[in-house]
Amino acid sequence: MRSGDVLLKMEEVSKTFPGVKALSDVNFTLRQGEVHALMGENGAGKSTLIKVLTGVHPMDQGKVYLNGRPIVARSPLEAQHLGISTVYQEINLCTNLSVAENLYIGRLPRRRGAIDWKKMHADSEQLLRRLNLNLDVKKSLSDYSVAIQQMVAIARAVDMSSGVLILDEPTSSLDAQEVQQLFAVMRKLRDEGMGIVFVTHFLDQVYEITDRITILRNGSLVGEYETSKLSKSSLVTHMIGREWKEEDEHRKTESSYTPEVVMAAKSLTRAGSIKPVSLSVRKGEVVGLAGLLGSGRSEFANLIFGIDQADSGVMTLGAEQFQSMNPKKAIRQGIGFCPEDRKIAGIVGELTIRENIVLALQAKKGIFNYIPLKKQQEIAQRFIDLLRIKTPSMEQRIDNLSGGNQQKVILARWLATEPKLLILDEPTRGIDVGSKGEIRRLILDLAKSGLSILIISSELQEMIECADRIVVLRDRMQVGEISGGDMNEASIMKMIAEGGGTSEQYPQTGS
Amino acid sequence: MSNTRRRAANIMHTKIIWPLTALAAILLFNLFFVPGFFHMEIKDGHLFGSLIDILNRAAPIMVIAIGMTLVIAKEGIDISVGSVLAIAGAVAISLIGVVPLWMAIGAALIVGALCGLWNGVLIAYLGIQPMVGTLILMTVGRGIAQLITEGKVLTTDSKSYGFIGKGFFLGLPFSIFIAAFVFLLVLYLKKRTALGLFLEATGTNKVSSEYAGVEPRKIYLFVYIVCGLCAAIAGLLVSSNISSADANNAGLWIELDAILAVVIGGTSMRGGRFFLAGTVIGALFIQSLTTTIYSMGVPPERIMVVKAIVVIIVSLMQSDRFRQMFQQKSKKAVIG
Ligand SMILES: Nc1ncnc2c1ncn2[C@@H]1O[C@H](COP(=O)(O)OP(=O)(O)OP(=O)(O)O)[C@@H](O)[C@H]1O
Ligand SMILES: [Mg+2]
Repeated sequence: MRSGDVLLKMEEVSKTFPGVKALSDVNFTLRQGEVHALMGENGAGKSTLIKVLTGVHPMDQGKVYLNGRPIVARSPLEAQHLGISTVYQEINLCTNLSVAENLYIGRLPRRRGAIDWKKMHADSEQLLRRLNLNLDVKKSLSDYSVAIQQMVAIARAVDMSSGVLILDEPTSSLDAQEVQQLFAVMRKLRDEGMGIVFVTHFLDQVYEITDRITILRNGSLVGEYETSKLSKSSLVTHMIGREWKEEDEHRKTESSYTPEVVMAAKSLTRAGSIKPVSLSVRKGEVVGLAGLLGSGRSEFANLIFGIDQADSGVMTLGAEQFQSMNPKKAIRQGIGFCPEDRKIAGIVGELTIRENIVLALQAKKGIFNYIPLKKQQEIAQRFIDLLRIKTPSMEQRIDNLSGGNQQKVILARWLATEPKLLILDEPTRGIDVGSKGEIRRLILDLAKSGLSILIISSELQEMIECADRIVVLRDRMQVGEISGGDMNEASIMKMIAEGGGTSEQYPQTGS
Repeated sequence: MSNTRRRAANIMHTKIIWPLTALAAILLFNLFFVPGFFHMEIKDGHLFGSLIDILNRAAPIMVIAIGMTLVIAKEGIDISVGSVLAIAGAVAISLIGVVPLWMAIGAALIVGALCGLWNGVLIAYLGIQPMVGTLILMTVGRGIAQLITEGKVLTTDSKSYGFIGKGFFLGLPFSIFIAAFVFLLVLYLKKRTALGLFLEATGTNKVSSEYAGVEPRKIYLFVYIVCGLCAAIAGLLVSSNISSADANNAGLWIELDAILAVVIGGTSMRGGRFFLAGTVIGALFIQSLTTTIYSMGVPPERIMVVKAIVVIIVSLMQSDRFRQMFQQKSKKAVIG
């Protein structure tokens, strides 16, 4: 077989979930030696296509051919044996096991019947080195950040793959440098003749790495295109089904904040997590926190919201001073916190969309101050409309939603509490291009109406467009601040890079 | 809107259908094989018969199972309920005649709540595994009850106390009214306060709930206290029914019946969604099963086996995954 030969073909694939036609008669072709982007809005059916291919869900109808032979995978394991490796959008790793165990689970190397730990650890280290990762493979996976966990999942899939590798939004929590390492590996695999399916909402990445693009809209196929022949604006136009033009650099023009300080942190510190940070946010101000992964951005947010306790330092909210904080207290004080890790700290999987939306508001009101069902439905409906959450019903379990729509529900949860200060840690992770713009506008509108926002985003451009001021962290230390017209990617990157001193490249989160 | 409500109702429906079917099946079985099972007569204005007997005996299981439902919803378990039942019974009976009756009852309930508090602190605040944490009280509890009864089987001849577990009200056993009261109270907590939401949220994803401002530990503490209280109420029912407190045998193995009732009722041992009505039906089913087996004259040594088999079948039917497997198999069989 040569590069360009058809490797995998899906024909007329359909899948219906109760109330949702997730896929209707979709065709998809993957060739040898290509990286193929699967694009579409949140809820378009990308993950579903991957899941029916790999046997997570049975397909209602359709055929799949691998190397010309019809195949049916009834479980991910079967797909694996057929040579299709997948990193699903909601990564499924065992965070209580070690990194090495996660890499080799289900295929532990054995010697005379017993597990060969030595070999496993050595192999793991070598495997991770391919992705430029230097980890202590004996440590439990939960000691590492989401980004590292994602890299570990990718490393596992890459190692097991033969023929087809599927990556569903693998880069959503990686920073630029790690994305490059991943791309280097992908290019190498592609050159070896593998077919790679790549899902992402980052258009730049699509143009950087992919050869072809297949676009889905509302569960139907729009078409297959060669990446080099499809412009960005026509790509998005196909995705959303109406004319789209790249928005002009719409940098926040007018600042709407008042001198009134809503939150002031003074030398907040936590050993092993973050060195003293002092930061104040004014009413209606949008402050960005920039830095690489592990620079202490999320750690600082955790201190403000009381997820972690500060060792020293004081926080002032309005007129009151606080030495210690906890989430409930923080919510009562008018703080909202949309955390980074949606699956672990955001969604409550078994509950409905309505229940997920009202949860924090109910916690704010207290257990005996029950929000009547009618009122809950009103609130839920308001946010489903406002954020255009795609679902057949508000009584749908949240884990039946597509990734991006889950993220919108979590945003809704916090907006429903009508906070004074909203901390957004990667608020648009996994959200499609169209909705990203809308959420950005929403943030600006909210700020205009007096809400203060502390935003953390790996997408510097996004932060620059929203923020009045950006505080830069590096190696768990506050290194500087940029505001107004000086804010641009170059100046921020420069500040991140400067400051001297090297540190471990992949610090762990937490302590 | 009515659409979504119908869908929500449907979900409830599928969960409660299995315990209902099981209960119906066992009653039907009795209709054919146990003569006189449905026979009922009125004596002194009270109803008598096997069915009434089942209701009366099911009451303590029901009350304990309701408490257990909350504990299981939070992904926990409480295997100390049998011992707590014995302690509460011993406290009540040993105090009757010494202090006014209401005080004896109050003391038993307080002791039950304290037992729950103990379990809750071990589990919520010291982070001990629920099974291990409640195992402590399960084993020590019988000893405590022994201490209270001083190693004897205490008896009482208080008529008023006997009414709780033996009396009749409006022609029905009074114990049923107590069980109904507990059920309605907990149902109220679930539906009219945020307890249901918070409990289901923490049982599903503790971290997310905490981030959303719910305080999981307080919720855990609360449900273990409620479970202890329920066990104490069951202790009153049981000891009053036989007018005595037996530290060794009162409520022996009742935790198993209660856990089964919860699982059959549709609440998953993995926590999350819980179904109080399902639990009540589950408890009725377990008691009907026990009574039926006894009245069939199954030799005592085989009773547990028969019970186990029936329970396994019902639990399997309650499992979504098993049903799916089953349906796929039968679909394939049809196609093939
Ligand atoms: N298990 C499920 N049960 C019910 N509906 C589901 C289930 N999984 C997905 N859906 C629905 O199918 C549709 C397609 O979802 P899918 O996850 O494939 O979207 P996606 O294209 O991957 O979106 P995203 O970019 O947000 O990840 C959505 O409307 C979603 O709500
Ligand atoms: Mg998806």
